[in-house]
Amino acid sequence: MGTKILLENIDVPGIQSFEVFRSLGGYASVEKALKTMTPDEVTDEVKKSGLRGRGGAGFPTGMKWSFIDKKALKPRYLICNADESEPGTFKDRFLMEKIPHRLIEGMICSSYALGASKAFIYVRGEFKYIIGILNKAIKEAYNNGFLGKNILGTTFSLDIYVHPGAGAYICGEETALIESLEGKRGNPRIKPPFPASIGLYDCPTVINNVETLANTGFIVSKGGEHYAKIGIGKSSGTKLISACGNINKPGVYEIELGLPVEDFIYADNYCGGIKDSLALKAVVAGGSSVPILPKKLILQTVTGEKRLMTYESMAAGGFVSGTMLGSGGFIVYDENTCIVRNTWNFTRFYHHESCGQCSPCREGTGWMKKILYRIENGLGKMKDIDLLVSIANKIEGNTICPLGDAAAWPVASAIRHFRDEFEFHIKFPEIVKNVKHGSIQKYLVQAQ
Amino acid sequence: MLGKKINHKLYSKQNTSVCFSEAILQKVQSIISHYPEGKQKSALLPLLHIAQEEFGGALNVDIMDYIASLLKIEPIEVYEVATFYTQYYLDSVGKYVIEVCRTSPCAICGGEDIQAYLEEKLNITNGETTADGLFTLKAVECLGACGYAPAMQINTEFYEFVTADKIDGILIELKEKSTEKKHDNLKWAQKYC
Repeated sequence: MGTKILLENIDVPGIQSFEVFRSLGGYASVEKALKTMTPDEVTDEVKKSGLRGRGGAGFPTGMKWSFIDKKALKPRYLICNADESEPGTFKDRFLMEKIPHRLIEGMICSSYALGASKAFIYVRGEFKYIIGILNKAIKEAYNNGFLGKNILGTTFSLDIYVHPGAGAYICGEETALIESLEGKRGNPRIKPPFPASIGLYDCPTVINNVETLANTGFIVSKGGEHYAKIGIGKSSGTKLISACGNINKPGVYEIELGLPVEDFIYADNYCGGIKDSLALKAVVAGGSSVPILPKKLILQTVTGEKRLMTYESMAAGGFVSGTMLGSGGFIVYDENTCIVRNTWNFTRFYHHESCGQCSPCREGTGWMKKILYRIENGLGKMKDIDLLVSIANKIEGNTICPLGDAAAWPVASAIRHFRDEFEFHIKFPEIVKNVKHGSIQKYLVQAQ
Repeated sequence: MLGKKINHKLYSKQNTSVCFSEAILQKVQSIISHYPEGKQKSALLPLLHIAQEEFGGALNVDIMDYIASLLKIEPIEVYEVATFYTQYYLDSVGKYVIEVCRTSPCAICGGEDIQAYLEEKLNITNGETTADGLFTLKAVECLGACGYAPAMQINTEFYEFVTADKIDGILIELKEKSTEKKHDNLKWAQKYC
């Protein structure tokens, strides 16, 4: 436990610069790949590593790459998804800020494997200063012969460009991102066709998260089998976790997959326990979209096993008693949190960010927001709770992109695990009116 | 309703002349060159960022039509994009746009109080601009700074672990800065896009 891949050396002074990064072994993977391996061999190493998409879905990266249409006589593109906007997630920003060359190195290896001669980094509009950091790193890579024409004297050429977004959560969805990169509204496309065959400018395209691509340099250098030994089973490698909420030490942590959730929350070298010595109430473990779990279920699965930070353990119990590792946006809520208010907050977010293409999502998120608002403000009716569940069920699975699911899951899971809190709001409207975060708990205890 | 003049910002063409300087036009050409031939529309988002910054912080129909002509696309293609993304402003804004995050991770760490404090301090509500034209307040969704909550962003700058005391200091500092002539930090789009 405790292996560092991505964040190794981030405390070395000057690691943002090419010289320092290179002197510590950076870009060795590019030399190895371009001079001693074929593109397919690079893809094979990534397949062997078991690396899974770090953006949230957890799809095997090597397999995603192998879908790219190599028969089409069109240019191929690699896009780095740096539109990090899932509430609770701020790891990609951290990685790009602290050690930008890690990403550039990974993108060169990945582009080589895919046969792409042009790659884009789509950065969310709010991270304006990151664009400057990335452009500086890219320029240094050009100046040192790692980007541009005939890299290291080989026949492989690559250009990387940074493209700014403009404030739209939906552009983190890969087909919406492509639309946005083409200069359009971020409306997701219907799949199939998948971007691997028809993507950017109708050409074969692979879109990977920042963290995913940053891992590929290490995999090429050390070999897929070495990487696969880190972590547990099908959850190989390390994962960046963005820890936030009511904890003593919020921040970005690189953990080896397989770490028990309890250790992550309470150990001093991670979150350091709950702030102000309060009790833990609930955790949203993988960014706002994943189901919220109460203390009991986040620390232990329903079968009594310790819950681990892995794709499989997080999902144990399905959505009845489990959740997802998602993007690694780990939001911790203390005992004073009002779950109804928090669910309303998330739903307002999804209503704001719905692109408006599919009516279940466009209308449903708005209805849920209004109903949650009236429950939170003491105007709810008992039948509202089932109405919310019914709306959530009708959004889920009925939209072009996963934003609909992402909006439905927080509501459905909050009611599943904290139904009594919703009922309390409806039974005692006078108490909950004008009560914000931080003061609901004592009333709840009194009522029980 | 026929014959009634439509009062909407997308119909408010003033026919003022809008033009980038020679230096920016060169920048525009360099951005367009990032994308394959015939795909110059891809440069729309960066160009709108530059235009917004160059022409007073917000977009209007004249500016959008100018961008359309630069990219050889229809004006409607610009309008539909400018109205979709939250970072393009179609209403005029103050010199400093204060965006306070109100999504859950910030909200549970005091983000709602920060918004309330700013509203009281500046005497405006969400979306409004102060009478002196200096500050616009916007409550926004997740800024991606959840571990440093509560967070806000003023133009390009992030402010993290914000408290009422810090806000007092920041506002004084910005007021002083606003009288200086140099505003390098405002020109991020030209520098980085």
